[in-house]
Amino acid sequence: MSERFDIAVIGCGVVGLAILRRLALSGLKCLALEKGADILSGASKGNSALLHTGFDAPPKSLELKCMQAGYAEYLGIRQKLNLPLLETSAIVAAWNDEELAKLEGIEKKARANNVTDVRRLSPTELRIREPQMSKAALGGLLVPGEHVIDPWSAPLAYANQAMAHGAKIIRNAEVKLATYKKGEWLLGTEQGEITARIVINAAGLFGDKVEALAREPGFTIKPRKGQFVVFDKPASKLLRAILLPVPTERTKGVVLFRTIFGNLAIGPTADETDERDNATTDKATLEKLKARALEMVPALKDVDVTAIYAGLRPATEQSEYIIEADADKNWITVAGIRSTGLTGSLGIAQHVATLYGKNFGKLAKKLPEPKFTPVPNLAEHGIRPYMKGGEIICHCEWVTRGEIEAALKGPLPAGDLAGLKRRTRATMGRCQGFYCAAHVSAAFEKARHGTS
Amino acid sequence: MEHHDVVIIGGGPAGLTLAWELAQAGRKDVVVLEREKEAGGIPRHCGHGGFGLYNSWRTHKGPTFARLLRERVASLDVRTGTTVLNFAMNGNLRVHSARGIDELAAKIVVLATGTRESSRAARLIGGNKIAGVMNTGELQQRVYLNHEKPFDRPVIIGSEWVSFSSLLTCRHAGMKPVAMITEEAKLDAPGIFGLGARFVFGAPVMRKTSLLSINGHQKVESITVTRNGATKTIACDGVILSGKFRSESTLYADGYLERDGWAPKVTDEFRTSRPNILAVGNVLGHLERSGTCMLQARALARMMTA
Repeated sequence: MSERFDIAVIGCGVVGLAILRRLALSGLKCLALEKGADILSGASKGNSALLHTGFDAPPKSLELKCMQAGYAEYLGIRQKLNLPLLETSAIVAAWNDEELAKLEGIEKKARANNVTDVRRLSPTELRIREPQMSKAALGGLLVPGEHVIDPWSAPLAYANQAMAHGAKIIRNAEVKLATYKKGEWLLGTEQGEITARIVINAAGLFGDKVEALAREPGFTIKPRKGQFVVFDKPASKLLRAILLPVPTERTKGVVLFRTIFGNLAIGPTADETDERDNATTDKATLEKLKARALEMVPALKDVDVTAIYAGLRPATEQSEYIIEADADKNWITVAGIRSTGLTGSLGIAQHVATLYGKNFGKLAKKLPEPKFTPVPNLAEHGIRPYMKGGEIICHCEWVTRGEIEAALKGPLPAGDLAGLKRRTRATMGRCQGFYCAAHVSAAFEKARHGTS
Repeated sequence: MEHHDVVIIGGGPAGLTLAWELAQAGRKDVVVLEREKEAGGIPRHCGHGGFGLYNSWRTHKGPTFARLLRERVASLDVRTGTTVLNFAMNGNLRVHSARGIDELAAKIVVLATGTRESSRAARLIGGNKIAGVMNTGELQQRVYLNHEKPFDRPVIIGSEWVSFSSLLTCRHAGMKPVAMITEEAKLDAPGIFGLGARFVFGAPVMRKTSLLSINGHQKVESITVTRNGATKTIACDGVILSGKFRSESTLYADGYLERDGWAPKVTDEFRTSRPNILAVGNVLGHLERSGTCMLQARALARMMTA
């Protein structure tokens, strides 16, 4: 007999997990299904980890609404969940006259989007704020509210909080079949059958495929790939603000930004691809990215590259988020959430809760006090476990054995080595495993065989 | 706070030899800080022979050699599991150990942090980010310390001395390398080793060839290489990125010391750009065999006690 749930969320990316959290906090009996071996194995594993104000989002769009609601909620809950915030601000930098001319329009749009603290920077002000930035910049627009966050700990915290409120997460559970009968969905997964009253499709890069199990998909996922180059930690001292380019018609362009882990990174590119779960980098693009970073901040020439990665954004044929409820089929679609998904996720979850209320029954007004489940801090500027001692296993990122063991225990232990890295930073530093990878994978295997 | 005469960062062949030579010359207050659980450095996981060539008539396998180095300094102050995090503003060392972070002051600090191979990321090698891609250092630890066999038919990238160490490690674990690939026109290691690659291990050596991407879904399935503008795909189940050694520069990469490439800039007397900081061994940027690092350390000890 299959277990019955109010809600089955398909997809454990940041969006699916934020929705799971919101509905579990609302008192519904929730389940999330993930195809991969761990949460965040799709689009959410590789993004630029920025918390956006929405200053350049399409005015009056659902995307903007979700981003701004998500931004506010993140700031509201982050301390209780021990989620970091690196208050960097951003500068939209103009490198030629054409770009300089576009700053006025960007500033207007920001004000229209209710981001009113933006202001123009002269070349002199740029130099005072960012002494290492190339003198070739002609001017900029300062966006004080743009920040950097931890792209993996935030969704992990949402998952943990959802589970503390009774939600269940099943991994390695690709949904193969979906049948709707008498107001209930029967989902056939690799881990058995699931019954749920409402299904929420948050399957990201596989959103159209999952949609097709239930209804005619009104969209096609056209993955857009972004490649990134991450510089070693000394680079993070060379830049304070996130350096944004003036966007073109096609893309928001390549960003130079500090990471929450104390590095400096450049990316993403925007390459069309047919691959949905295979994000490859290519040497020529990586070389171009690195060269572009050196153009913007010349002192980067003395800093080595720590990591390279590529992520996929689940773009569709339209630029707007696709979030809709099918009241006849007890189905909610959440699709086409691209690069703003990390910022927008909590706002998307609020929007989904509203859709639920309108279509599938009122959510309880009086809720129990939420339980907060803080995650370990991985941010470089915060307090980390090694500071209290212990045995350091990963020498580049100062990850202790205790942290690794903790990430392999608890309600949602790391499902694979990649998940362990996202939970601890182990092997993600400058040596990329020369010293510690053998020890880290031994710890993973030991924990896995110990529990199975 | 502890104060010491000499603090040596790194307990490999150079660091341990320096400590021993200083002790022989009567310098009592010498501390070695080693971040691994066991001192001995890279030889700890070089399971093949050939160590010791320059300071005795017989040679040893790496782990034996590392043990001999350790035994010689058994009565000295060698602290393992102890990581130097960075230099504090006042020049003191911020040191992590099981009990937490302490500050440590030294009249003389010697960097003996050694060297490591460049990572895939630093080489900007594209393709998929998948398991089965590693440096020789990681391979050796997996094979000799963890007794794993990470793959069956890897390719070896590089033709430096260490690349042949990879070949030996492969043979030890019963792996059959598919090819050895080098960007150079000639092998960097002596010819006899090239012959060895070809005839003893059956791995063809591809010269003037560079690695473009590593391909595969869950694990390595092939690599794409380029030679004279033509690309070629080679099936394999693992990639060993050997060589391209670079100084372990973490402690001074932020500009604390003047650099020459990734290595600290030093005088003939091993002096860096800061008067109380010296550097010795492979951190100086030329990959040398353990024996050579030890001879360097002996020379430095003589200068320090002259």
